[in-house]
Formats: sequence, C-alpha cells, structure tokens
Amino acid sequence: MFQILKKKELAENVDEFVVRAPLIAKKAKPGQFVIVRVTAKGERIPLTIADKDPEDGTITLMVQRVGKSTFHMSCFDEGNSLRDVVGPLGRPTEIKKWGHVVAVGGGLGLAPIHHIALGVKEAGNRLTTIMGFRRKDLIFWEDKMSVVSDRVIVTTNDGSYGMKGLVTDALLNLIEKEEKIDRVICAGPVPMMKAVAELTKDYGIPTIASLNPIMVDGTGMCGACRVTVGGEVKFACVDGPEFDAHQIDFDELMNRLRMFKDKEELAMREFQRKHCGCRGS
Amino acid sequence: MAKREIIKERVPVPERDPKERIRDFREVKLGYTPQLAMEEAKRCLQCPHSPCVKACPVNVPIPQFIKLIEEGKFVEAARKIKEENILPSVCGRVCPQEIQCEGACVVGKVGTPVAIGALEAFAGDHEASIGYEKIEIKKKTGKRVAVVGSGPAGIACAADLIKMGYEVTIFEALHQPGGVLVYGIPEFRLPNEIVERELRFLQDMGVKIELNFIVGKTKTIYELLEEFDAVFIGSGAGLPYMLNIEGLNLNGVYSANEFLTRVIFMQGYKFPEVDTPVYTGKRLAVIGGGNTAMDVARTAKRLKDVEEVFVIYRRSKEEMPARIEEVKHAEEEGVVFKTLTNPVRFVGENGWIKGIECVKMKLGEPDESGRRRPIPVEGSEFIIEVDSVVMAIGQGPNPVVVDGVKEIKRGKKGEVLVDPETLMTDLPGVFAGGDVIRGGSTVIVAMGDGRRAAKGIDRYLKEKN
Ligand SMILES: Cc1cc2nc3c(=O)[nH]c(=O)nc-3n(C[C@H](O)[C@H](O)[C@H](O)COP(=O)(O)OP(=O)(O)OC[C@H]3O[C@@H](n4cnc5c(N)ncnc54)[C@H](O)[C@@H]3O)c2cc1C
Ligand SMILES: Cc1cc2nc3c(=O)[nH]c(=O)nc-3n(C[C@H](O)[C@H](O)[C@H](O)COP(=O)(O)OP(=O)(O)OC[C@H]3O[C@@H](n4cnc5c(N)ncnc54)[C@H](O)[C@@H]3O)c2cc1C
Ligand code: SF4
Ligand code: SF4
Ligand code: FES
Ligand SMILES: [Mg+2]
Repeated sequence: MFQILKKKELAENVDEFVVRAPLIAKKAKPGQFVIVRVTAKGERIPLTIADKDPEDGTITLMVQRVGKSTFHMSCFDEGNSLRDVVGPLGRPTEIKKWGHVVAVGGGLGLAPIHHIALGVKEAGNRLTTIMGFRRKDLIFWEDKMSVVSDRVIVTTNDGSYGMKGLVTDALLNLIEKEEKIDRVICAGPVPMMKAVAELTKDYGIPTIASLNPIMVDGTGMCGACRVTVGGEVKFACVDGPEFDAHQIDFDELMNRLRMFKDKEELAMREFQRKHCGCRGS
Repeated sequence: MAKREIIKERVPVPERDPKERIRDFREVKLGYTPQLAMEEAKRCLQCPHSPCVKACPVNVPIPQFIKLIEEGKFVEAARKIKEENILPSVCGRVCPQEIQCEGACVVGKVGTPVAIGALEAFAGDHEASIGYEKIEIKKKTGKRVAVVGSGPAGIACAADLIKMGYEVTIFEALHQPGGVLVYGIPEFRLPNEIVERELRFLQDMGVKIELNFIVGKTKTIYELLEEFDAVFIGSGAGLPYMLNIEGLNLNGVYSANEFLTRVIFMQGYKFPEVDTPVYTGKRLAVIGGGNTAMDVARTAKRLKDVEEVFVIYRRSKEEMPARIEEVKHAEEEGVVFKTLTNPVRFVGENGWIKGIECVKMKLGEPDESGRRRPIPVEGSEFIIEVDSVVMAIGQGPNPVVVDGVKEIKRGKKGEVLVDPETLMTDLPGVFAGGDVIRGGSTVIVAMGDGRRAAKGIDRYLKEKN
C-alpha cells in the first residue's frame, strides 16, 4: 500500500498527490511514469512522476479527472493509501546541454513537463515554458513552473489570462521573433502535440513529444501501448514514452485512445450512480 | 508382482457440461473422487522400467505415487510426488501429459494411457484439503538469495532454497504473484485459488514476496547483488510477438498477452464490477494454434458480448501444437476452427478492425521442425468478418530485467544464456531459468530449471565460502 501524504486540488478536476514510494523516488528520472492501481478492483493506469523527493521518499502525481479511475482516485485523501504503485517506468528523457529549450505543456501534460524542466535546467539549458489552458480559473502550477523556467508564457483560449490563443500561437510568436530555439519538448492532449509537431517541422526544430497511449502493464508485456514512429511499431511504455514528434503517427494514437470509449463511459456512469462514501472501497 | 491384466479404458475425469460451463470461468474438470482415483490407479502396471518417469521432465516417481493412491494413502501419494514436483495440483492440470508422462505409458500402447495427470492433481488437491505438513528447514545459512519473478521457475527455486536454509525474497513486477499461472492460464483450467494456496505455503515456509517491484527499473541486478549473495532470474517470456501486417494497430487488434491480462489477470470479465475493460464486439478471431490460442478462444467464448469465436491457423489440425484435450474442449464449447488459413491483412473501417483478409494454404514438404510447410494457394484470398482479433503467435523474453547488464549474454531471440549445468549466467552469482532462458516452454520444465538453479546456487555459495 502506498500512502498519500498530501493532496491538493490544483484546479477544476485536477488534483496533486504526494505519495510515499521511497524506492521509486530514489530512482525516478525526468520523463518516467508509474502505474497506479487505486483499489483492489481497479485498473492499471499510467501517471507521470511530476516530481520526486528522494530524501522524503515521496513522488508527486498530478491527476486530471477524466473517467472512472481518476475520479475514484480523487476520492482519496491524505492518510488513505493507493493499492499499488509501480515504477519508475519508461525511458528517461534524453537530456543534454542544447542551449535554448522550449517546453510546451497543456493540462495533464504539465506533469511530464515539470519533471523534464527540472532536468533540462540542471543540464544548464535556458528554458522557456509555454503553458496552455482554456481559461484563467483552470490555470495551475504557474508558480512551480516559474521557479524552474527562465521564462513562462501562459496562454488561454479566451484571453482571460496571459496571452490569448493556443500554445502554438505562443510558440510561433517566439519563432517569428527569430529567437534561437534548439529543442522543443511537448506533452499534453494529442491534438496539441500534433499541432506543435507540425509547426516545428516547418522550421526544422528538433521536437520531442511525450505520448500517452493506453497502457496495461507498462513493462512491454502486452503491446497495448503501441504507437507508430517513423513507420515502425514501438511500445511506448518501454521504447518511450518520448519520441521524435516529427515521426509520430498522431492520428493513429488519437484513434487508439478511443478503443474502450463505450466501456469507459459505462464505468463512469456506474461509478457516479454508486458514488458516495467511495473512499478506500 | 503378479502380472496385471490391462484395463484398456481410462476412468473418465468428470467434466462440466459445455453448455453450462461457457457461462462462467469456473473449472471445467471436476476431478476424480477418491473412489474414481483408486479405480484408475489400478490400471497402472507398475512397470519396473517405468518409461513414464523418464518422459516426465522432473522424473516424478509415478508408479510409486499411483500405488499409494491405489492403497488409499492419498496424502503419502502427494508427498511422494512432491519429492520431485512441489506443485502437483498445478502440473496435474496443465502439463502436456500426452507428450510427456502419459505419452510414454505402456498401457497407452493398447488403450488409453493411465491418467497420470488427473491422479497427480487429485493427490495434490487431497493433501491441500487437509492441510500441509510442516516442512523441515535446515539450519539457516545466513545467506540471502533474491528471486526475480514469481512464476513456476521462481516458485520452485525459492522453495528449494528456503529448505536449504537460505533467506529468500521474491521480487515480482505485477501486483499479484504467480506468473503465467495467474496472468495467462485461465481459471477454468487452473483456478487462482490453487496458485494462491501454494504461494501462501511458500510464504509460511519463510519466503518473502515483494510485489510491484520491477528488477531493472525499481532496482537493478547490480543493486540486488549488493544486498543478496546470489540472484535467480525467472522473469519468463513476457514479450508478445505480433504479425507485422497491414492494420496491426487498428482498434480491436490485441496480442494474446493483452487480451489475457485484461480478461484473466485483471478479471475484466467482471467489468464493470472491476475497472479493466475489454472490447470484443460479437465476432472474435484468434490467430495461432498453440495452448495460448486455445486459452484465448475459450476465454472469449465466455464473454457476454461475444457470439462467435474463430481460430485461424495456417497448418492443419494435426499440426496444431496445442494440447489435444484443449482443442477438444474448445470444439465442445463451440469454437470454430479455420485451419490451412493464413491472415495477410487486417481490414479496417474508421480505425476499427472489420475483417481479416486470409489466404488458403496447402501443405508441402516437411520443414526443419518436421511439420509440413504450409504454402499459400494463389488467388484464394477471402475475408473473415470480425470485430476483434487476438494474435497468439508466441512470445519471447522481456529484456527489462537485464537491460544495461552487459555481463549477461543473450541469444538471438533475447533468451538469457546460462551454463547448462549450473544455470549460472556470465555474471557470477546470477542464475536464470524457465522461459527467460528458453523463450517459452512449460510449467514443469520451468520448475525443473528453478530446482536445478537452486542446486547451482547452493554449490556456488558453498564454494565461495
Ligand atoms: C505515460 C503516461 C503518462 C500519463 N501521465 C498522466 C498524468 O501525469 N496525469 C494524468 O492525469 N494523466 C496521465 N496519463 C493519462 C491517464 O493515464 C489517463 O487519463 C487515465 O488512465 C484515465 O483513466 P480513467 O479511468 O480515469 O478514464 P477513462 O474514462 O477510463 O479514460 C479516459 C481516456 O483516458 C485514456 N485512458 C483510459 N485508460 C487508459 C490507460 N490504462 N492508460 C492510458 N490512457 C488511458 C483513454 O483515451 C480514455 O478514452 C498518462 C498516460 C500515459 C500513457
Ligand atoms: C496463455 C498461456 C498458456 C499456457 N499454458 C500452458 C499449459 O497448459 N501447460 C504448460 O505446461 N505450460 C503452459 N504455458 C507455458 C508456461 O506457462 C510457461 O512456460 C511457464 O509459466 C514459465 O514459467 P516462468 O517461471 O519461467 O515464467 P512466468 O510464468 O512467465 O513468470 C515470470 C514472472 O516474472 C515476472 N517478471 C518479469 N519481469 C520481471 C522483472 N523485471 N522484475 C520482476 N518480476 C518480473 C512476471 O511478471 C511473472 O510473474 C502457457 C503459457 C501461456 C502464456
Ligand atoms: S509433472 Fe507433469 S509430466 Fe511429470 S508426471 Fe506430473 S503431469 Fe506428468
Ligand atoms: S508406464 Fe504407465 S503403466 Fe507403466 S508405471 Fe508408468 S503409468 Fe504405470
Ligand atoms: S503497456 Fe503493455 S506493453 Fe506497454
Ligand atoms: Mg478507465
């Protein structure tokens, strides 16, 4: 059992958890994730290690509620325990001194982006972070990202905070101002990553995307997480989750993420029907 | 001994009616009652040269344990088996007996062989029902051994080591121990309860089991070597092979590992009572002709959404590597076999699989494996309409455990290379056995490896002193 030491609601439907997992905290590198099973009847869901504290033996998870398992997890409070947490999984982010790195994150993408940003900065890069949200009240971690970044640009779709527009608008802005960008790293909803990849491809900027396909074991055993990169089939949990964004078949990924849609909606409806005092059940 | 008359017909093992059993995941075979077991035991001729024993990969003392059953000494029978095989309830159910012990049985030459497997399962179950005897453990050596993986190889190795007086910790990647016994082989062939009770017994003997621990990720082999005097790798063959044909990544296309993990290991057949979903649609096809293919087909048959299940295999039924019994069970349960049929393309619509384009095959000359090589019949392409497909075409060792451990050599298929005698790898103190060194084998062979490695470890640690 893995105890939750801290829990905080970051924004509507987004929670931050600090979980006791000393072995994982000691090993975790930027870009890696864990597989969590909330309860004994739960499914295995991948969540990025957004931060770690090897001394305290904790890892930080940032969870966006989108369906049964993530809503169920949000019922858990400080003192409760998650049934299973295993990791760290996936390949760590390739980190070098590139020069100027732009990290682009939206929504749950901020989990990988935060940990990657720490690594990128530590390697001596200049770091610009672009964070995109739909509107002002959904913004979180601006403070946390400001601490690690040399510059943070926040965009909102409706212009209620920061720059009005999408993360790609902000990125294009930088490119048009002829800022030298040596590498872009993006994570978030697939359409966002696809748009970033299309933009940077035109300008020949090396770009990495952190993918979020459906996973089960997370150790290369099942092949659920397969994605096509450069025409080759890869298992995102062991070969990734980060790949050259210009080589990724994003449309296929988007399609595969729909594979269990009907069942997931059923699970969510059932959960809402029974939801009340769900804690720890 | 007086010469016995040969009784040609085996006492049948009671089984559940196919119509009833495909509605749940409970065990299909009901097993012998004491009376039936004693009656079947009478058929054994107690052959002095016992060819059956030689054909068992771990040489279970077959005539001796069967004699004990005949005499009604069921517990003693179980303990006799356990001298060589600690999991009689498991092996009695899942060993491919027809090519091992029973395949060599003398009675089989004139009738059906003695039901060695069913008798073995009976003895194991009987002993378990009255409680195990306390195992004597030798004086503690003060040395510690790490076992990677809780499948049959790991279990057998840990059991022997703890009896020899070593401190043993098993590290298991998944959240439940048992390896393929729980994440592959379905409950209707091998109930989880049986595996759980064997693992409990192992823990009662003092073996520690750490779950959610991936060697190579949570800690490396090198780190384990700092804490332990030796390491045994029994991490199995968990890397699925896929057909590299058009449409591989369409929705509804699974590897057998994913399908069985979802439905059997995560118990997705109880969805939405449990959270892991599986999508099948009404028509599901399995590609392959081995035991895994049969397990997938029979599992699919039991799912609520599924109406029709096909097995697509490129050779003929005679060449199928699956156990005869499993093919028979699948047929009884309504699985449709499409043999001499080879898939060439998955046909999709809007991102979902809709059909499998196949080509008819005919059998040519025998190939290296001795089986007749299938050759495509030109112009015979046709489409089987399906909503989902599961590829059960084999698997190889998963490299995670030895990732970055350059001293450990691996073969062409990624199998860990070991000294055939001691099962030690080229990294001193690290041993390996089971599917990770063979690419794929059987439960009993993996257990045999686990035991051999335990001996190898014991010798290594004694010599090191
Ligand atoms: C490497 C990786 C890292 C991730 N990191 C985070 C993170 O830090 N924070 C976060 O909030 N989310 C993260 N995700 C996504 C998260 O795993 C899914 O949102 C979650 O599994 C949804 O489960 P659910 O039952 O709540 O929703 P459901 O209603 O079951 O699913 C909603 C959608 O999520 C996706 N999904 C469903 N099951 C899975 C699964 N087993 N694996 C992956 N995606 C699935 C599907 O597209 C589905 O349509 C990550 C995914 C991956 C692959
Ligand atoms: C569907 C199916 C049906 C089968 N049916 C039969 C049958 O009827 N009869 C028969 O004799 N054989 C059968 N087999 C084959 C048999 O199950 C295997 O040969 C046997 O289980 C191998 O045992 P093992 O201990 O080597 O590996 P496994 O049983 O695979 O166990 C390996 C364990 O190691 C764990 N592991 C892997 N990597 C790591 C790591 N890095 N760190 C920690 N733990 C790790 C895995 O999670 C797993 O629990 C079947 C196989 C399958 C897939
Ligand atoms: S272990 Fe398997 S092969 Fe050996 S006697 Fe028992 S059933 Fe037969
Ligand atoms: S070969 Fe058959 S009859 Fe002979 S001892 Fe073995 S089981 Fe008995
Ligand atoms: S999640 Fe199973 S192979 Fe990647
Ligand atoms: Mg879900």
